Amino acid sequence: MGRIPMDYLLNRLVTLFLTVWIAATLIWIIPRLSPVDPAEIMLGRMAAGAGTVANADEILATLRARFGLDDPLLVQYVKYIRNVVVFDFGLSTASFPTEVSALIARALPWTLGLMLISITITFFIGNLLGALMVWERSPKLVRVAIPAAMVFTSIPPILSALLLMWVFSAQLRWFPLTGAYGLFVEPGWTWAFAQSVIYHGFLPALSIVVVTFGFWALGMRGLMITVQGEDYTTLAKAKGLRPRYILYKYMIRNAILPQITAFALKIGLLIAGQVLVERIFAYNGMGKLLYDAILDQDFPVIQGVSYVIILMTALSVFIVDLIYPLIDPRIRHGD
Amino acid sequence: MADTTELSRAQIRRMKRFDNPWRNPKLIWGAGLILGIVFMGILGRLLWDMELVFTGSAPLKLPPVGFENLRGQAGVAAHPIGTDGAGRDLLSLIIIGAPNSLLVGLLASCIGMSIGIFLGFSAGFLKGRVDDTIRILADVMITIPPLLILVVFQASFGDVSLTMMAVLIACFMWQSPTRLIRAQVLSMRESGYVQMARLSGASTMHIMFREMMPNLVPYLFGSFIANVTTSIVTAVGLEVLGLGPQRIPTLGRTIYEAINSGALIQNLWWWWGIPTILLAVMFVGLLLINLGLDEVSNPRLRKL
Repeated sequence: MGRIPMDYLLNRLVTLFLTVWIAATLIWIIPRLSPVDPAEIMLGRMAAGAGTVANADEILATLRARFGLDDPLLVQYVKYIRNVVVFDFGLSTASFPTEVSALIARALPWTLGLMLISITITFFIGNLLGALMVWERSPKLVRVAIPAAMVFTSIPPILSALLLMWVFSAQLRWFPLTGAYGLFVEPGWTWAFAQSVIYHGFLPALSIVVVTFGFWALGMRGLMITVQGEDYTTLAKAKGLRPRYILYKYMIRNAILPQITAFALKIGLLIAGQVLVERIFAYNGMGKLLYDAILDQDFPVIQGVSYVIILMTALSVFIVDLIYPLIDPRIRHGD
Repeated sequence: MADTTELSRAQIRRMKRFDNPWRNPKLIWGAGLILGIVFMGILGRLLWDMELVFTGSAPLKLPPVGFENLRGQAGVAAHPIGTDGAGRDLLSLIIIGAPNSLLVGLLASCIGMSIGIFLGFSAGFLKGRVDDTIRILADVMITIPPLLILVVFQASFGDVSLTMMAVLIACFMWQSPTRLIRAQVLSMRESGYVQMARLSGASTMHIMFREMMPNLVPYLFGSFIANVTTSIVTAVGLEVLGLGPQRIPTLGRTIYEAINSGALIQNLWWWWGIPTILLAVMFVGLLLINLGLDEVSNPRLRKL
C-alpha cells in the first residue's frame, strides 16, 4: 500500500475545486449572454395554456423579481454560487412549484445505479478479454473473435441502444421499451421491484457494455504486451508455475493498475453517453430529466442537471486519482 | 505450439519485403470507409435530385425498395432507401447529412488541434507560471463533459449553424493535444538533438517546427482522429437531444425525429436505422485509422 503525499492531495483538491467552479460559472454565464428571457418563456407557456394572459407586463415583472433577474449581475452570481453549493437550483419552470433539487434527487439514484453496474461489468469483461488476447494459451477462437468485436468500440452507446432496443424490445418483445421499472410495481425493497428494475435495466446496461468493453480491452492488450516481455514473467515460466497462475498473479495484476487511470480520462464520455442512452430508453434517470427539460425550455432544471453531472464526473476523477497511488506503489508523485 | 515455429507464407512474405508501415490494412480499410462517405456526399450531390431533401417532397414513410411498410406500401425506385415521416427522401437526407457530421468532426478537431499545438508548445517552452496555468486549465477542462455545457449553450441560444456547433465543440477539444504536446516537448527539450540545435544557434521556431514537430506527428495524428470521433459523438448527442442545427439535415437530427415519431414501434427501421448504420460506419472507419496509426508509430503492436 502506498501513501498519498500531502502536496499531491492538495493539487488534486485544487483541480476538483477549479473544475466545479469553472463549470458552475459557465453554466451561469452562458444563459445570460443569450437574448432569450426565461421569464418570457414562462409567460409564453402560460399564454399557450390559457389562451391569453391578462396583465402580462405585471406578471413578467413579478416573475423577474421572483427569479432575481433584476439584481445586479454580481449579486446574482454570488447568490447563485451560494445556492449551488447547497444544491439549490431554484424552482422548475415547467413543473412550477417543484424544486429542481427534488427532481434531481429522484433521478440521480437511477443514473448512479446504472452507471456503477455498467462500468463494473464493462471494466471486468474488457480487461479479461484484453488479457486473453495477448495470453499465448488462450483458444484461437478468442484471439480471432475479440479483435473482431473491437470494431464496436468506437460506436457511441446511443447507436447500440437504438439497435438493441429495436431488436429486443420492438421486434422480439423480450424486454420493455421504456421506463426503469414496471407500471404496476410498487417501488420498495421487495423482490418483485428488484426483478422489475433488473428487467428494465438490462438493455440500457447492455448497450453501454457492448460498446465500451473494447476500450478497456485495447488498453489491457497494450499493457499485457509490455508485461509479457518482462523478466519476471520469463522467470515465472522458467520456474514452471502453472500458466493460469502466471496469467492472473503475474501478468494481469501488473497490467491492470494503469488501466484504472484511464477512468479519469474516460469517465466524462461514459457519463455523457449514458445520459443519451437514458433518453433513448426513457429511463427514469438524469438523461430523461435533461431531455424533458430541454423540450420544455426549463432552464433551472437544465442548469441543475448539467451541474450535478459535471460534479459527479469531477468527483469520480478525484476519487480515482486518490485511489491510484494507494494501490500502485510504483507511482511516485510530485513530478 | 507448432504453429509459431512454422511461419505461414504470408508471414514470410511480410518479413522479406521492405517493411512499409504505412501499408497497414487497418489504416487502408479505415481510410476507405471514410473516403467512401465523402464520395457519397460528392457523387450524390451530382447524381441525385437534392430537391428531395425538403419536407413533403415525397410520400410519407415509404420503405426501401423490396420491403413493405405497415400500410402495405411497397418501396419505389424513386426513393430507393425510403422516405421519412415528413416526406423527405432518405437518400438525399444522408447525402447531405453524413458529410455534415464528418465536417463538424474534422472542423472541431482541427481548431482544437491548433489551439492544442499553440498551448502545448507554449507550456513546454515557457515553463514557469505560463506552464502552470496551461497545465491546470487543461486538467480542469478535460474533466468537464462537453455535452453538458453545450446543452446549456444551445438550450439558451436556440438554433445554431453547423460551423458554430463545430466551433463550440472545439472549445472542448484542445485539452488532450495540449497535454500530449506539453509532455513530449518537456521530454524532448533535454534530448541530444534539441540541445545540439540550440547550441548551433537555431531559433526557437526552428527547434519547434523542424526539430520537434516531425517527432510529434504520429501522436498528433492519433490524437486528431480520436478528437474527430469525440466531436462527432458530441454533435450527434446534441442532435439526438433535439439541439444542434435545426434547419440543416444531419444524421443525428434524423434519428431524433425518428425516435420522436415512434419509428421504433411502428417498425420504420430504415428511418433511424440507415443514419445509425452510416454513423457506425463512420466511427468504425475512424477507429481503424486510429488503430492503424497506432501500429505505424508503435511497431510492437504490429503482428508478424
